Amino acid sequence: MTFTPGNHLIEPSREDFDSEQHLAHAKQQAVSRGYEDFLIVDVDSHHYETEAFQEIAEYIDDPVLRLEAKYQGMARGGVTSIDGSYQEMTGRVTRYPMRRREKTPPTIHRDITLMRRWMDSMGVDMACMFPTPMLNIATCPRVDVETALARAYNRWLCDNVLSEEPRLTSMLYLPFNDPDACLAMVEEFGDRKGVIGFMVTSTHYKANNDNAYMKTYAALQERNLPLGFHAAYTWGDQSTRLMNRFISVHALGFVWHNMVHMTNWIVNGMPERFPKLKTVWIESGLAWVPFLMQRLDNEYMMRSSDAPLLKRKPSDYMREMFYTSQPMEMVDNREALELTFKMIKADSQLLYSSDYPHWDMDLPSTIYDLPFLDESAKRAILGGNSQSLFKLDPVFAPWKLAHRAQCQDAPAA
Amino acid sequence: MAEHFVCNISELAEGDVRIFEGEGLEIGVIHHRGSYYAYQNLCPHQGGPACEGLRLPQVVDVIGDGGVFLGQKFDEDDMHIVCPWHGYEYHLTTGSHVCNAALKLRKFGVETRQGGIYVQI
Repeated sequence: MTFTPGNHLIEPSREDFDSEQHLAHAKQQAVSRGYEDFLIVDVDSHHYETEAFQEIAEYIDDPVLRLEAKYQGMARGGVTSIDGSYQEMTGRVTRYPMRRREKTPPTIHRDITLMRRWMDSMGVDMACMFPTPMLNIATCPRVDVETALARAYNRWLCDNVLSEEPRLTSMLYLPFNDPDACLAMVEEFGDRKGVIGFMVTSTHYKANNDNAYMKTYAALQERNLPLGFHAAYTWGDQSTRLMNRFISVHALGFVWHNMVHMTNWIVNGMPERFPKLKTVWIESGLAWVPFLMQRLDNEYMMRSSDAPLLKRKPSDYMREMFYTSQPMEMVDNREALELTFKMIKADSQLLYSSDYPHWDMDLPSTIYDLPFLDESAKRAILGGNSQSLFKLDPVFAPWKLAHRAQCQDAPAA
Repeated sequence: MAEHFVCNISELAEGDVRIFEGEGLEIGVIHHRGSYYAYQNLCPHQGGPACEGLRLPQVVDVIGDGGVFLGQKFDEDDMHIVCPWHGYEYHLTTGSHVCNAALKLRKFGVETRQGGIYVQI
């Protein structure tokens, strides 16, 4: 094959984009490592709902807002906008500029086809999918707009994607600026097909220990649905506004907001108030967890009166929570990573996530190739832990089932 | 060592890359400023198809007298191969990662003769 990059300051001039070609090496990894022998669940992946935004906007009840949304669209702003930034790395990660060119058949929803393609390539059987730009409606100053868009997106996703493909699931968006709407969201969508929990975008400027949320937590606990805190960044935060490069905003922002929510959750005794409510901390990597465990434990021993509901050290509660793996910090720190796995009880609490198609995505091999894990732990992190947590009925990728059948039919040597 | 004919010189324009398979390996041949460079199409980070991405020059922070930041520019003399999966960048002429020289794309010898491009594997 020949690629013609042409002007290197813009994008390659290939006319089309093909996820399976882009991820051909991932498929080779999946086959060579024998992923067909076990379930792989990706707990944090994304689609670009912007491509279907005109469909989603149709689900907005308010006719005035519906027209606004259809006219204005949902894409992030340009290089000067608060969330516009340059996350796409100026075209360096080619799937950003080229994904729109990918051709899909008209007979099935484009998002389902695109999800299946990258999942099959990586060896992922089931995925929990999240939107991309719509995560940032958390910072929309118009609370009613966040709530309306969240409900429209959740309805659209359930009706058009989750109901059609059993390999796809989601933890649905909670409009955290509107506590009553959060409860209504759980009550309306908690039993829908493919809904395995609910999710708060962590850039919300609302304390999760506010009494206004207790009914929502009780509703989640009653339904045995986990609550996720999905990290994000905003360049509008007072602290990130001090930063001039995206690497700074992303490296700190994605961790900082979850550290705030985790600290409030622990110090205010939420694990004691809702002992059966499981929490999942999403897309902050792992290095922050040992730091916060040590920090909170140290201060708790001196100031337990600030956290009187706790019966154990903060780290004891944190070890019972769940964490998604990506973006796993992996550069020259094997010893630290191994210790991190021990501190968070990764064998039972860590959930593999890719964050595909974003720029810092992790393949299943980032877990499978770790030398300090045995086969049992690898399989637990890659799928078994998620299967238990979310009570998933396993649905395997068709190529895995075909490969297994082929092996069974082959005559013994 | 086996020698593989890649293509005719006329078929690989300045700035282009040709990916071919030889000896069980995917190899990318890049034409840059009249020279040809061959690397295995495999990023040592997570296994991405490193040769299938963009080429972009080194970004430079320009610092003036007294440590004052003046702006940024591209160093067109230090072109990078950019892996399209995650953006790992390698010096085009050496295959070494721009932040860690120990991390390298596997390099192969390239020869041009009688209008053809040949790679030694």
